[in-house]
Amino acid sequence: MILRTEKAGWATRSVPIVQDVDLEVRDGEMLGLIGPNGSGKSTLLRLLSGIRRPTSGQVLLNGEPLTGMPQRRIAQHIALVEQQSDTGDRITVRDAVELGRTPWLSALHPHSARDDTLVDKALADVDMQGFADRYWHTLSGGERQRVHIARALAQQPQVLLLDEPTNHLDIHHQLSILALVASLPVTSVVALHDLNQALECDRLAVMESGRLTCIGTPDAVLTPDRLRESFAVQGRFLTDPSDGSRILRLQRAL
Amino acid sequence: MTDTVLNSTRHPRRRGWTWLWVVPPVLLVALFAGASIGETHIPFSVIFQTLGNKLFDAGFPVDRIDMGIVWNYRISRAIVAACCGAALALSGVVLQALLRNALADPYLLGISAGASTGAVAVTVAGLGAGAVSLSTGAFCGATLAFVLVAALARAAGGGAGLHAAGVIILAGIAGSQLFNALTAFVLAKSANAEQARGIMFWLLGSLSGVRWEDVWLAVPAALLSIAVCLWHIRALDAFTFGADSAASLGISVRKVQILLIGIAALATAVMVSMVGSIGFVGLVIPHAMRFIVGTRHRVLVPASALAGAIFLIASDIISRVIIPGQVLPIGVITALVGAPAFALILLRGKVSR
Repeated sequence: MILRTEKAGWATRSVPIVQDVDLEVRDGEMLGLIGPNGSGKSTLLRLLSGIRRPTSGQVLLNGEPLTGMPQRRIAQHIALVEQQSDTGDRITVRDAVELGRTPWLSALHPHSARDDTLVDKALADVDMQGFADRYWHTLSGGERQRVHIARALAQQPQVLLLDEPTNHLDIHHQLSILALVASLPVTSVVALHDLNQALECDRLAVMESGRLTCIGTPDAVLTPDRLRESFAVQGRFLTDPSDGSRILRLQRAL
Repeated sequence: MTDTVLNSTRHPRRRGWTWLWVVPPVLLVALFAGASIGETHIPFSVIFQTLGNKLFDAGFPVDRIDMGIVWNYRISRAIVAACCGAALALSGVVLQALLRNALADPYLLGISAGASTGAVAVTVAGLGAGAVSLSTGAFCGATLAFVLVAALARAAGGGAGLHAAGVIILAGIAGSQLFNALTAFVLAKSANAEQARGIMFWLLGSLSGVRWEDVWLAVPAALLSIAVCLWHIRALDAFTFGADSAASLGISVRKVQILLIGIAALATAVMVSMVGSIGFVGLVIPHAMRFIVGTRHRVLVPASALAGAIFLIASDIISRVIIPGQVLPIGVITALVGAPAFALILLRGKVSR
């Protein structure tokens, strides 16, 4: 248990967006965060990443509250890949990934050969070595998302937080980004919309109207009852006869 | 040595500070040109001798009038021009980077509007009963406007991110409009034609009144702004994908914004109170430099400071010689020379993209 929330909540102008969330992220797991639009997934990820401070309760990193911890130290442990972050600047892929080294560098500890190595490794981890000198604006959506993940990896985080990393990508890139995240040797928390994709996670946490309503293995969470209550859909598991794997068939609830 | 060479071929755009050696010679040549070129041309040798006489008591036989022109007028003027150019360009770099807005310039936060109100309050409305100089009035007006804009942005904003940047820009627009209206009000109410014309010229920027006292204010302000920006190059880079992304990279967004925007505003206010609001430099030099040296701030910050300094020294020279017997407002020159130059860079940039 490296990242944990205790009754964490966040409200804007006294409208609660996230309330009373008790969540434990286990070391090494891939935790999926699912829930309808506006259920507070993104806000919860922001609380976990320390860029929003909870207005009630607390978020603990290795037992220590994030509030009061310097932003720099948080960034040495936790990296966030946001849902939409783009730039009009003419930067190269390598420039973008090097930003991930920011929390480890200072005016007195400038970028060194070791940082170059880590940036190269991060690029290799997302299979983008050949793109280092390409300009950001020439990349496709899937390539950009990979570079964002590489930047987060260059931060050498213990926990990687991803907010709908497959959003706006074609199906091929959706699957490859998810396979990539699953293969990474870090603990990750991933907000997802596609419930079939969520099946690949080690555990799932369900957010509803700002509250964490359920957490457990995909089998335990994605029950027909829960699907009807939380997502207003009917769901049944079908088996692919070719390899025996399961898919979730979803229909609008009657 | 071999290692450095290997590395620099591998990542040619990012390596080293070694190219910084070009800064002192280029700046010196520009300053000498500023001292030499003018209605009376003064050869470099006379400038060397004047400097020798003034700095080291060398006792060269130099014409007293030439010496007076070089020492009392041109050198101080060139140094202040360089400081203004550097500080305005860096203010532009900082505001464009932190607010993620290509149109951000040093006057965005109401500083130029506030300075003009302060200036007319002193010169036209007679505030301070003659005991306060135009510069002091302008500086107070600029500071007051910035404080009001900052307070408004803070009260209306909340949180970081794109929303906050938008609020700061809108607060700046509101503040600028208010102070511009106040200036116009004072001018319309009590200024005569001569005063109105004088204020208009002052607003377009002029280095004519610059003396050595101004140097002792301009140099520290410019150096402070350069030092603070260099110290924060990594933080400025971290804003590439916005304020939230900067926060997730370990930047204390609020702290960095307050410090950097505060320093940018202070340096701008100092410069404006001395020479008026010279336009174009703070908006366009950063963009031009991004096209030429790239967007990484470790190169962009020194390059913009140097380019701003040289651009303003050159504009000042042109403003003095372009019409014989008359000095044009420097703001006219910066835009007249700068706009076509920038258009050229835009067109060339399109090809390389």
